[in-house]
Amino acid sequence: MSTKSDITQPIPASNRLSLLTQRKRMAWLFLSPMMLVLLAVAGWPLLRTIGFSFTDANLGNLHDYQFIGFENYLVYEAGEWYGVLADPLWWRAVKNTLFFTVVSVSAETFLGIIVALTLNAQFKGRAWVRAAILIPWAIPTIVSARMWGWMLHDQFGILNDIFMTLGFIAEPVAWTADASLSMWAVIMVDVWKTTPFMALLTLAALQMLPSDCYEAAKVDGIHPVRVFFKVTLPLVAPALMVAVIFRVLDALRVFDLIFVLTSNSADTMSMSVYARQQLVEFQDVGYGSAASTLLFFVIALCTLAYLYLGKKRMESY
Amino acid sequence: MLTKTFSKLLLRVAFWMLIIAIVVFSTFPFYYAILTSLKTSEQLFSIDYFLTSFHFGNYETVLSQASFIRSLGNSLFVSTLTVVISLLFGLTAAYALGRVEFRGRGAVLLMVLGVSMFPQVAVLSGLFEVIRWLNLYNNPLALVFSYTIFTLPFTVWVLTTFMRQLPKELEEAAIVDGASPIVTLFQVFMPLMWPAMVTTGLLAFIAAWNEFLFALTFTLTDDQRTVPVAIALISGGSAYELPWGIIMAASVVVTVPLVILVLIFQRRIVSGLTAGAVKG
Repeated sequence: MSTKSDITQPIPASNRLSLLTQRKRMAWLFLSPMMLVLLAVAGWPLLRTIGFSFTDANLGNLHDYQFIGFENYLVYEAGEWYGVLADPLWWRAVKNTLFFTVVSVSAETFLGIIVALTLNAQFKGRAWVRAAILIPWAIPTIVSARMWGWMLHDQFGILNDIFMTLGFIAEPVAWTADASLSMWAVIMVDVWKTTPFMALLTLAALQMLPSDCYEAAKVDGIHPVRVFFKVTLPLVAPALMVAVIFRVLDALRVFDLIFVLTSNSADTMSMSVYARQQLVEFQDVGYGSAASTLLFFVIALCTLAYLYLGKKRMESY
Repeated sequence: MLTKTFSKLLLRVAFWMLIIAIVVFSTFPFYYAILTSLKTSEQLFSIDYFLTSFHFGNYETVLSQASFIRSLGNSLFVSTLTVVISLLFGLTAAYALGRVEFRGRGAVLLMVLGVSMFPQVAVLSGLFEVIRWLNLYNNPLALVFSYTIFTLPFTVWVLTTFMRQLPKELEEAAIVDGASPIVTLFQVFMPLMWPAMVTTGLLAFIAAWNEFLFALTFTLTDDQRTVPVAIALISGGSAYELPWGIIMAASVVVTVPLVILVLIFQRRIVSGLTAGAVKG
């Protein structure tokens, strides 16, 4: 340990070097609790899940299993294909998840931009409106699924009442049970819940824009719509892109909302719901892990795309 | 001239209509949940847009259920402990990542970012095994342990960003005074990090409070559950006999603390969300 009197004297070169190595060693020591925790909750469990996907493990007894190769994924037996990749329900879940992701993220982005542009204007009570749009974001997904489940109730739901009063529908609709509507009901609730996130991130980007471009455009008398597409949108695009990718990754792993709103219905089943059903309800850890592993690789690919786009940010570190 | 002022007025009206639409769209479902929770079970079958009844029976039923109170306690315990652990480990990691130049720092940051993208279901079976092995199955501590998978990466990421913005001179002065790294971190940096810690702590608390998949999978009995699971599992005789009044009362009880937190700390939450995603 150095004291004040040591510092006043010139430090020899070798000593300074060791101070630097000491500092680096300290850095790893400070990192170690976080690294160990992440290894225990993320790294190791992921490897085990991938490992389980090649076995016939059962939830009741996780110690007793046999290696069965790729049988959980795809196997040809007695003239029939078996495994996750041969299960029509899995492909249904993939299709549902992709449909959900594309439609809900597009709608959220569109509405988010509108809300952000509105909130970017100066008006009385803006802070209150911003607080109001934070409410859907803060409400637990389970609670919003329940709240909407009641609003979408086929007999006593208020949404049917509103739509019937407005004349959109002639008779009550079974939003969560009707095969052609239940996915739209799920998307509606998700859009309600996550548009605030999109709006706030877009608003933050809008508020960082330089005002001189706008003054120049105003002086030149350019129509506001044109200014939006030629100036605003290109300038907020990078931030918007990051927000979109965040949402896409989140939407691809959707579970709670679908599970509570429509339970295990095949019409809305997402990849996460499918994997959990196999894993927990059917107790088939091997098969469920195979589905989880596939989902992981889908998301890993998207993450790589995100990291590639976010590379610029990393370079600033 | 007249048409110009008229179109200006029209634009103003349209703008305020848009604002009203945004506010109604955002708050109506929560308002409707409160309205429903104050109805008797007979009143549920008539559709009302405004408060007509102040019947607190649903709240009495919910709050007199020992298991629901237990669930509230579990949620509070799990969320608080998750926040404390995430902040503690996040702070030490952010110090190393934000203040020291060392080889492999970029790789560690990438790994942290990668973990935050993990689909929870991808670690479900592996985590289940670890939790069984730690003997934590059907124990709220299992949830504290597993929630760090999403709270810790986020905390590290945001705290590192804030840590990098602090002036270098502070640390140099501490080193000259002979302070050890631990003392530097907790006595020099931590007092300055409070705003960032409040923000990340709040976001971690909300994330832990709202989590469902792990809570559903790693707990089994009513007395070990957290509130989202308790609410999801409230059921009646059949799908058509769900006790909606009670479900809404429980939902309101669980959501009101969050809404209050959000209203008080809205500025902090917005800055935390944007720091986590946009500024990175």
